[in-house]
Amino acid sequence: MPKNSVFLLFHTIHDVLRAEKIMKERSAAYELVPVPRNLSSDCGMAIRLDDDPKDIGHYLSGIQIAGRFSFDGANYKRLDP
Amino acid sequence: MIYLDNAATSFPKPSETLDYLTNFVTNIGGNPGRSGHTLSLEAARIIFEAREKLTAFIGMRESERLIFTQNGTESLNMALLGLLKENDHVITTTMEHNSVMRPLEFLRSTRGISYTAVTCSREGFLDLDDLRPVMKGNTRAVIINHGSNVTGAVQSLEGIREVIGDTLVILDACQTMGSVPVDMEELKADILCFSGHKSLFSVQGVGALYVRLGISLTPLKFGGTGSKSESVEHPLFLPDRYECGTPNTPGIASLLGGLTFIAREGLSVIVERKQALRRKLLEGLRSVDGVIVYGHEGKGPRAYLPIVAFNIEGKLPSEVGYELNKRSIFVRVGLHCSPVAHQTIGTFPKGTLRASPGYFTGEDDLNTFVEAVREIAKK
Repeated sequence: MPKNSVFLLFHTIHDVLRAEKIMKERSAAYELVPVPRNLSSDCGMAIRLDDDPKDIGHYLSGIQIAGRFSFDGANYKRLDP
Repeated sequence: MIYLDNAATSFPKPSETLDYLTNFVTNIGGNPGRSGHTLSLEAARIIFEAREKLTAFIGMRESERLIFTQNGTESLNMALLGLLKENDHVITTTMEHNSVMRPLEFLRSTRGISYTAVTCSREGFLDLDDLRPVMKGNTRAVIINHGSNVTGAVQSLEGIREVIGDTLVILDACQTMGSVPVDMEELKADILCFSGHKSLFSVQGVGALYVRLGISLTPLKFGGTGSKSESVEHPLFLPDRYECGTPNTPGIASLLGGLTFIAREGLSVIVERKQALRRKLLEGLRSVDGVIVYGHEGKGPRAYLPIVAFNIEGKLPSEVGYELNKRSIFVRVGLHCSPVAHQTIGTFPKGTLRASPGYFTGEDDLNTFVEAVREIAKK
């Protein structure tokens, strides 16, 4: 896993896939990954971005993001919504 | 073999239905949204795509509000049992299927709701002006059969808002989806309930409802959703709030195949083909001495689905159905789970035969069917 990732968590798999559809349309670099256990006990999927493009948040504005975290290779840090 | 029971379920299905179903069962097979692995994700993607396409198909945008169910009956139960509370009043019509009448009766006897069934014409049409005098201060919803499974009558809802204001409109579109354009905005519908296995060409076991933004239903079922797993409280988020337990992913995959087929053929082509079959069927049946056809005429603009109820004078529907079945011609006989509709058209309790061609019915099939009816009528 590359350093300096950003993880986006969603409430439902439907929202994950809505977000993925937008990422694809924007040709954003992303990967769908299992939700990291230390972020949530949820059994679903999260979106990992290789960096934190601010405009992605704008494009996802119609989707409720449950949590946004940065990852430096060792630790997760909650970011502002 | 001539299958004329497409109003019960469409048969045969297009190859896309089988291709999507087979691909899911053979190559994917995962439980959608339940795990982090590829097969679970691929299963979720199929449901997502089906949800998005179906939402667009009914002219709506917020696909999370499209809820998959087991069938049209479950969709209607979700809408009625999830919406209605003690002292609520509901208006319905005398053309409804038991999937509306029975939940309403259940709610009347157990939850203290009341309902008024507005009488339709003998052809099965509702006059929207007849809704006005039965509106009450506590009328929560009007539930209407968009297309009759008995006479094929399609209700025009133009002007309904002028009559009922912002009272909720629940539409039972089980028969109309895929047979006529169904656009929730144009129809002013608030909740649309339908099945997938009729003219949307899924296999059996799939239905759906769309719940417009601002309407909250109490779920019928509670349980695992793959989301918010740390909590014992059922999630509030859609679609998970109304969908729990492992869904019928193979069935939903087949529905995606059906929608793909419809998009490829073009809905307008399908509609026109079915109307041509309806006209041919009517012409043939009306040419047989002793055959009584119910509906499919009347004053003013009238729309009908390719569903034709008929009887042969002096014969029971079951006798005629038996004779047709011996000739490998399959129609439905009886009351079609719609006793009030048969009371409305004057065929209760005997019922009728019902011939419902589908997109794949051939003209030759209808010729053979009509000649068989002619032969049986002469006996």
